[in-house]
Amino acid sequence: MPLDLVTNVLIAGVLTGLVYGLMALGLSVIFGVVRVVNFAHGEMMTIAMYAAVLLFAQWQLDPFLAILPVAAVFFVLGYLLQVWMINPFITRPEYSQFMLLVAVAIIMVNALLMVFGPSARNVQVEYQLESFALGPILFDKARVYSGAAAVAVSALLFAFFKFSRSGKAIRACADNYLGAKVVGLDVKHLYGLTFGLGSACVAVAGCLMVLLVDVTPLLGPGYTLLAFVIVIVGGLGSMGGALLGGVLIGVSEAMAGLFITPSAKSMVSFALLILVLLFRPQGLLGRRT
Amino acid sequence: MKRRQFNQALAAAGIAAGLAPFGIVRAQSQKLKVGVLLPRSGVQALIGQSCQKGADLAPAVIRQVLGVDIELMNADTESNADTARTRAERLIQEGAHVLVGAFDSGHTAAIAQVAEQRGIPHIINVAAAPQITEQGYKFVFRNFPTAIDLTRNGLALMGEIFRTTNTVPRSAVFMHVNDTFGQAMAKGVGAMLPHLDFLPFKVLDTIAYDPAAKDLTVEVSKAKATNADFLMLVCRLNDAIILRREMAKQRWNPMGIISPGSPGLYEEQYTKALGPLAEYAICNTVWFNPKSEMTKTVGAAFRQQNPKDMLDFHGTNVGYTFDAIMIAADAFRRARTTDPKALADAIRQTDIPVSRRMSLGGPIRFNPKGQVEGNLSAAIQNLKGRPTVTLPAEYAEAKVVFPSPGYKKT
Repeated sequence: MPLDLVTNVLIAGVLTGLVYGLMALGLSVIFGVVRVVNFAHGEMMTIAMYAAVLLFAQWQLDPFLAILPVAAVFFVLGYLLQVWMINPFITRPEYSQFMLLVAVAIIMVNALLMVFGPSARNVQVEYQLESFALGPILFDKARVYSGAAAVAVSALLFAFFKFSRSGKAIRACADNYLGAKVVGLDVKHLYGLTFGLGSACVAVAGCLMVLLVDVTPLLGPGYTLLAFVIVIVGGLGSMGGALLGGVLIGVSEAMAGLFITPSAKSMVSFALLILVLLFRPQGLLGRRT
Repeated sequence: MKRRQFNQALAAAGIAAGLAPFGIVRAQSQKLKVGVLLPRSGVQALIGQSCQKGADLAPAVIRQVLGVDIELMNADTESNADTARTRAERLIQEGAHVLVGAFDSGHTAAIAQVAEQRGIPHIINVAAAPQITEQGYKFVFRNFPTAIDLTRNGLALMGEIFRTTNTVPRSAVFMHVNDTFGQAMAKGVGAMLPHLDFLPFKVLDTIAYDPAAKDLTVEVSKAKATNADFLMLVCRLNDAIILRREMAKQRWNPMGIISPGSPGLYEEQYTKALGPLAEYAICNTVWFNPKSEMTKTVGAAFRQQNPKDMLDFHGTNVGYTFDAIMIAADAFRRARTTDPKALADAIRQTDIPVSRRMSLGGPIRFNPKGQVEGNLSAAIQNLKGRPTVTLPAEYAEAKVVFPSPGYKKT
């Protein structure tokens, strides 16, 4: 197998994996704090992708510039969704949380089908078909920019949780729910803030993803599943784990396509998931409970 | 009502009731209900909608040409074989006399099974998997080449392209969708190619990929790494667009893309989505006969119903779907009944001349397996944003361009 071919595929896998990681980061943040698994995660990303497509079609707004308005809107919607709809379910059994978010996901898919129809849509930015060349190694421009943006947004999120007062308060909630209430933290607001941040995260991932794949309403469930695989591999609730899981899945999919057969991409991701569940159930960077 | 009038009415009703079992007063069904099954949503939605255009104009054209009334019962298979099966069941329950469809070989096989079990004629518009008409079915008919015929025709045209352009490509990489159709085509290519000494090239690698793939980076990287002279491609529409974009990103400019017979490359959406990148792709596929009388009639109806669309982009889908409904209507005209067995017998006796069919080929006649032989292919090349017939010479609208002007040896 020629080395430049392996390198090209490896680079593409890492860059795509970084965007996957950002998508899964949103899921991980929400679960890590609110302890609710967002089963509508992929569908939310699909909506963000459509938002980016619409902004581009209407005002030729580059998806990288669309990140700000789309993430802001998703932050507000995520906050409201948590405060109004999900909060009453926090203390209810897990199956009722599951049903609630699955119902939200189904509504989202069908609403998208009604509004946009089944056909694939995409954005056609100038650099869409361009690549940087380093000898025989090619770096797809859209992938490079998307990967870099995913790393930047992840770093911002890390910094927020590490250094800001709100971030520290959210971490306190995640560590000790009762203790956070005792010291007077507004847990309901902080949960809303967390869900908003997770939603904003997935919105950014959607704006980046639309540069890599065409969007259809039925894309959501597949990405929800992918996000689950990534956070379980990386460690549910671990932010670093989500990014690492994303890259691992991106690379393993690419390598499976190269060395086995393209149809084996998902098979290898799931094989990896089974191995992690068997030998390190808390995930690669997760903490044992 | 007076007593005399009441008695007369009662007597008339009695006579009618008495004669009814002999079929004397029972009105013969005047309309043929045609259940049309197509993938109008899901991954094959655009092609399914294109076929639907052919179905939509059929009732009016057929009434004008044959004097037969048809009622369409449309059903969406949602690009899913299970849905295709349940929709076929429902159409039969709702009174469809004939089923037409369903573009995809996998979906069509599922519908054919239902039609055979329920004894309702199924006329296939588009589907190439050979096994569909190899099962001894009595109610399944196909006016579309099998993958073997399609491949044979496609490869013969490939040889003609090389002869016409005086080019001798030495190698190809073969990429195909990994679905029922793609696998049937791959099997056909694999079986035939080694025996065709007029084709000078060697297939360096065969790469199968998921027709619903969102990303084809790895597949295109592998294909590019073979250093093949040209890409032989069996594709659908969405994957063809993703693949061509990926080729541009990876700066892979082979001599050209030639399909031995598949949809995708000549579709309107392919040209719309890719613009100049869509140019010069060649597809050796079934096409419509530009010289047939029926094409002129259907073309006029098409332009009236779809003023914004060009027939060139829909001709194959429209032509084969229209022809399938035409076969049903013609059988109904001769059978004079909607009885499924009589309709199936009439379909078996079909003999539609070239002037009355829109698709390219000889007269429509079914062999004992329910398959029409003699459907032809043409080399269709995207030139100036339009799918153009370049071969066979008698139908050609322009000269074939090969290698593509952007060709660069990798």
